Amino acid sequence: MSKDRIKKATSHVVQNEGLLFEESRPGRVGYSIPALDVPERRDDELIERRFLRDDDLEGMPELSEVDVIRHFTRLSTWNYGVDTGMYPLGSCTMKYNPRINERVARIEGFANLHPLTPAPLAQGALEVISRLEECLAAITGLAAVTLQPAAGAQGELTGIAMIRSALTSRGNPRKKVLIPDSAHGTNPASAVICGYTVETIPSREDGTTDLEALSKVMNEDVAALMLTNPNTLGKFEENIEEICRIVHSSGGFVYMDGANMNALVGVTKPARFGIDVMHLNLHKTFSTPHGGGGPGAGPVAVTEELEPFLPFPRVVKTEEGLTLDFNRPKSIGRVRAYFGNFGVLVRALSYILTHGDAGLREATETAVLNANYIAHHLIDTYEIAYPGALMHEVVFSDKRQKKFGVTNADIAKRLIDYGFYPPTMSFPLIVQGALMVEPTETESREELDLFIEAMRSINDEAAEDPDTLKNAPHTTKVGRLDEVAAARKPVLRWRRNNLAE
Amino acid sequence: MRYIPNSPDERRAMLASLGLERIEELFEQIPPRLRLDGPVGIGSPVSEPELIAWFRRLAAENATDYQSFLGAGAYSHHIPVIIDSLISRSEFFTAYTPYQPELSQGTLQYVFEFQTLVCQLTGMDVANASVYDGSTGLAEAVLMAQRVTRRDKFLIADTVHPQYREVVKTYTKDLGAEVRYVGHTETGTIDFSSLHIDKETAAVVVQSPNFFGCIEDLAALADAAHEAGALLVVAITEPMSLGVLRSPGSAGADIVVAEGQSFGIPLSYGGPYCGLFATREKYLRQMPGRLVGETVDHHGRRGYVLTLSTREQHIRREKATSNICTNQGLFALMATVYLATMGRRGVQEVARQNLNKAHYAADAISKLDGFALRYSAPFFNEFVIRMPRSATEATRALIEKKIIGGVALECYYPDLNDSLLVCVTETASKRAIDDFVDALSKL
Repeated sequence: MSKDRIKKATSHVVQNEGLLFEESRPGRVGYSIPALDVPERRDDELIERRFLRDDDLEGMPELSEVDVIRHFTRLSTWNYGVDTGMYPLGSCTMKYNPRINERVARIEGFANLHPLTPAPLAQGALEVISRLEECLAAITGLAAVTLQPAAGAQGELTGIAMIRSALTSRGNPRKKVLIPDSAHGTNPASAVICGYTVETIPSREDGTTDLEALSKVMNEDVAALMLTNPNTLGKFEENIEEICRIVHSSGGFVYMDGANMNALVGVTKPARFGIDVMHLNLHKTFSTPHGGGGPGAGPVAVTEELEPFLPFPRVVKTEEGLTLDFNRPKSIGRVRAYFGNFGVLVRALSYILTHGDAGLREATETAVLNANYIAHHLIDTYEIAYPGALMHEVVFSDKRQKKFGVTNADIAKRLIDYGFYPPTMSFPLIVQGALMVEPTETESREELDLFIEAMRSINDEAAEDPDTLKNAPHTTKVGRLDEVAAARKPVLRWRRNNLAE
Repeated sequence: MRYIPNSPDERRAMLASLGLERIEELFEQIPPRLRLDGPVGIGSPVSEPELIAWFRRLAAENATDYQSFLGAGAYSHHIPVIIDSLISRSEFFTAYTPYQPELSQGTLQYVFEFQTLVCQLTGMDVANASVYDGSTGLAEAVLMAQRVTRRDKFLIADTVHPQYREVVKTYTKDLGAEVRYVGHTETGTIDFSSLHIDKETAAVVVQSPNFFGCIEDLAALADAAHEAGALLVVAITEPMSLGVLRSPGSAGADIVVAEGQSFGIPLSYGGPYCGLFATREKYLRQMPGRLVGETVDHHGRRGYVLTLSTREQHIRREKATSNICTNQGLFALMATVYLATMGRRGVQEVARQNLNKAHYAADAISKLDGFALRYSAPFFNEFVIRMPRSATEATRALIEKKIIGGVALECYYPDLNDSLLVCVTETASKRAIDDFVDALSKL
C-alpha cells in the first residue's frame, strides 16, 4: 500500500464505545427536572392496574450526563460529514449547510411554537410559510406552492395525487405513469401509491428521453410523465418543450422531479418548459442539512390549473393578517399533519434570502462549473458512459478498471482512505458500475484537485496493486462489513442476551 | 457569496482549463429561449446581521409568553440542553444517509440504539429507522396491514387524531382501501358494539391515549381483531405515556406507530418531528422504511449496516413496501439522546409528573360550577372538559389573559362545541395550573 500517494488524509485514533445499553449502570442519572409540585398519587389510584406497565422499563439505559456526552461524541467521530470534506454523492447535493440557517431555526418564537397555536398568535410563522411559497414560485415560475410534503418522495406522491384528482375531475383518472429508466426509485414507488401502474421508457444513446419512444407509448391511458431534469446522468433534456407538447397533446400531465434543481436556479424557470407540477428538495438545492438521513422537505409547485388540488390548509392573506383556509373542496387532502417540516422551511428561506438573485445564480453556475471541471480532468482516466454536455453532476463507470478485476465499489471504498466520502454507486441503473459524482458549488478548487488526483492515483493502483482496492478501506474504524450475513439473520435491536452470546 | 470558496479569478482559471471564456457557455445545452435574461425575482442578498434581525422580528410575532395547555399531537416537555449540543456535532448533522457504512458507523450505531429503544418502549419486536412523523406513519401502517392481510377494509376509531385520519385518507383513497370510522361511547373510548370486524377487515386502527386523552383497552381490541384474522394498528401521539402505561406490544398490537416529538424535539410549529414505527418480527419483510442491522467486518469487528433494503424503493422501485427515502435521521438522534439522558428512571418520573399534574388540573376544573370531565375513561396527560359555554369563545377569552387553554373540539367534532381538550405536562407549574383554573372560573 502506497501511503505517500494520499495527501488529504492521515489516520487518527478513534475511541471505542459500546451500545448505550451496554454502557448503562443501575442508579446513574443524567437529567434534571423540577420536583413535582402537586400532591403525588399512586399510578393505580389514577389508572386501572391492567392498563399500567409491569416491566419497569427493563433494559432502558441509566447513564450520567457525562456518559451521554462521551457516548455520542465518540459515535460522531466515526462519521464523515460535509464539514469534514467533499461529499461527492451524486444526486444528493451535499453542499455546505450554512450556520445562520441553524441559528434562525432555533429562535424561541419558532422553536417553541405549538402547531395548533391560533393563527393571530402565529403570524411570524405563517409569514415564513407565505414568503417561502412566494420565493419558490418565483424560482420555478409556477403559480402556487405547497410546503406540506416532508421529503422529496412525499412531494412526488402529492404531485401525482393532484394529477390524478385533476384527471378524475375531467372524467377519467387514467391508468399509468411513464418513467424513464434513469429515474430515481422513489418515482415509480410514489406513482404506485396513487393507484397507477408504471411503464418504463428507455433513454436514448445520449442519455436523454427518446421522443419517438415517448410518442409511441403516449395515449389516453397515460396520466403523466415523470421526468427528472437535468436527469440523473447530469444531462439537460434539451427537447423538454417538445416532450411536454407530446404529453399534453394526449391529455397527460408532466411531473418534473426537481431533485436536480440546483443546476437550474436563477438560470431558467421550469415553468418555461411547459411542465405542470414539480417538487423541490430543500435538503438538496436549498442547503438544509441531510442530518444522516433526514429531515428533508419536498415542496411542490404547480400551474394555475392544478392549484385547486393542493393539500389543505392554505395560508392566505386577509385584512386581519395571514389565516388558514380549509375550505378547499378540490384539495387532495392532507399529506402530513400540521404544516410539514417547518424548521426546515425556516432554514431554506434563510438560504434563499442570504443569496438573493445574484447569489442563487452564482451558486448554480459554480455547481455546474465544478462538475464539468471534474469531468474534464477525469475523462481520460474513467469512462463516462454518456459523454457530452453536463450540468451539475457526472456519471463515471468502472469499465476501464474492470480489466484489473476492480469494480466501482472497490474504487469507492479506496476513496475513503484518500479522505473522501464515496460517490453514489450503482445508480442510475442504466450505467453498469456507475460512480456518480456531484461536487456542488461549495467546494474549493484545491478540494476538487485533490479529488481528481485521488481518482487518478486509484486508477494507477488498480493496475499496480488491485488487492489494495479490493480490501479497502484500510483506515476506518471497521472495514468492509458482511452485509449478506446482516440480511440473512437480521439482528435489528440490542437484547440483553445478545451480550451473553 | 461567502459559501462559494473560489474567488472570481480562480473560477476564471478553472473555466480556462476547460477551454471556456464565459460561464454561460456551460449552459448552452439549455435552449436560449428557456434561459432567463433577468433576475429570478428574490431581490438583493441580505447580510447575516440583517437577516437574523428580520427573523427575530418575525419570531416575535409568534406567541412565546403565553401559558399553553395545547397538546393534541404535539407536546411541551422539558428538553435537556445536551441534546442540541450533541446534534450540532457536524459529523451528525452534515452527514448523509449511511449508505457507506465504513464512514457512517456513528449514524448507524445510534439508529440501532433508536430501533432498540422504540422496541423497549412499545413492547414490539422490530422498529425501523424512523418515518416522517406520526400521521404519515399511520398511513404507512394502514398500507402495510393491507399488504400483510391482503384485505381492504379498515375500521378506524373516530378518536384517532383528526389530522392523522385525513392523511390516512389521502394515502389510501387510490389503493382500494375501504375506510370506516367507528364511534366512541360516553366513556370516550371506542364503541365495541359498533365495531363489526369481519373476514374482510384488514385492521382495527386506534389511538391510545386517544385524541380525547382516553386510554383504550388494547388487549380487548387485539383479541377482537385477531379472532377475525385482522391486525390491530395502534397510533400513539404522546409516547411519554409509555413511561407508565402498559406497552401496546404486550397488549397484542401488530403494528405500532408513534409521534416521537415528545422525546426532546422542539414544537417548531409542527415539524420536523420523528415518526416511530414498530411491528412483529413475522411482518418484518412488509415493513416500510430503512433498517439498521448488526454484523461484523472481515476482521470480526462488530459494525452496523443498512439491511433488508430489498423492501425499499431504490431496489424494488414500483414493488417497494413504501416510497419513503429520506426519513428523520437527525430527529431520531434527538429522540435517542433524550431517552439516553432521561434514561429508564427519567422517563418514568416525567410520565408520573404528567399523570399527576393532569389529574390535579382535571380535579380542580371539574369542581368548578358548570364544568365537568366529559369522559370517564382513565387518561394520561390530556382530558376533555365540558363547560357551560362555547369552548371556542372560552379559548378567545383566555387569550386575553395570556393563556392558550387548549383545543376547542368544535372544529373537529361539530357537536362538541362545549368541549375543550386540555393537556397538562410536567412543564406546567402548580401555579400556572391554579391560574388557569381561576381564569376558567371567571369566564
